[in-house]
Amino acid sequence: MTDAALIWSYLSSQPLLWLTATLAAYWAGDAVFRASGRKSIANPVLIAVILLGSVLGLSKTSYQTYFEGAQFVHFMLGPATVCLGLPLYDNIARIKRAGLPVVAALLVGSLVAVGSALAIGRAFGLDQALLASLAPKSTTAPVAIGIAERIGGQPTLAAVLVLLTGIFGAIIVTPLLNALRVTDWRARGFAVGVAAHGIGTARAFQVNETAGAFAGIGMGLNAVLTAIIAPLVLRLFS
Amino acid sequence: MIPALTIILGFQLVGEIASRWLDLPLPGPVVGLVLLVGACMVRPRLAEMLRPVTRSVLAHLSLFFVPAGVGVIAHLPVLSQHGIGLALAVTVSTVLAIGAGALTFAAVARLTGSRDD
Repeated sequence: MTDAALIWSYLSSQPLLWLTATLAAYWAGDAVFRASGRKSIANPVLIAVILLGSVLGLSKTSYQTYFEGAQFVHFMLGPATVCLGLPLYDNIARIKRAGLPVVAALLVGSLVAVGSALAIGRAFGLDQALLASLAPKSTTAPVAIGIAERIGGQPTLAAVLVLLTGIFGAIIVTPLLNALRVTDWRARGFAVGVAAHGIGTARAFQVNETAGAFAGIGMGLNAVLTAIIAPLVLRLFS
Repeated sequence: MIPALTIILGFQLVGEIASRWLDLPLPGPVVGLVLLVGACMVRPRLAEMLRPVTRSVLAHLSLFFVPAGVGVIAHLPVLSQHGIGLALAVTVSTVLAIGAGALTFAAVARLTGSRDD
């Protein structure tokens, strides 16, 4: 029989182990999310990240080794971003009917999201690389990672900030917009899609079908707009 | 599934090339997204062909950012050092963006009489 330590040293250097672990951790996170009745705070990605982070820490595995396996999952971010085009195409008629409100709210929501985050970050003395990782936090993760890479941020940090933004946005949106007395479901959905991407969109779909559709539109449009404005706004703060 | 996947990867590939070649601010996959919307408008049949695959890819969208998310373990020192600044930047800007976006949408919709029917 081969020594368990030898088997471990073989497996821990192969992609198979960490690819399997990534899927398993997400599966576990998703199970918890469903069991919680789809509460925003029980975000499956956050749970998976905590699980995997603990396993890597306990097994003293470097992120680099982990990523050798996980890169196959990571690769799918690009094709998934392209796929976001289809729901956008499906909603083109609705976008046209709400043309002016959509354009105005997109510009305002996107600029406020990037600008206020960078202003606060700057006030707290964050350096340029941190600001660049913070700038795209309202866009969907695959796009944010691409933008952060482009403007000199750290993609992994950007991914985490995206996640936290989405979870916070999903939790705050209903009480916030009730307090502001916004009753138009399109406005409510669109704003959370722009500010809190896919996690906010999932939340909007739970509340109202129209809000969900407009959240998806907001997320898709803001992915494009943030890619354009993030480098420009970042330049103002550097 | 293979033809659809090939087309999706093809849009990403063209997007990457265009993004680099023309020095666009948009990352390659986002250019691919824009091109896909345009192509579907010209050829609605393309959307129907891609739909099953895009639906299953998008159903697992959040799985794909787990590997990048795990990368946070490399940033724990930075996060604890700048925790308050980052937390405030994320929370305050999200509240402001949702509020400003929703109020703008509702106000402009009222002014222009835009309705969703």
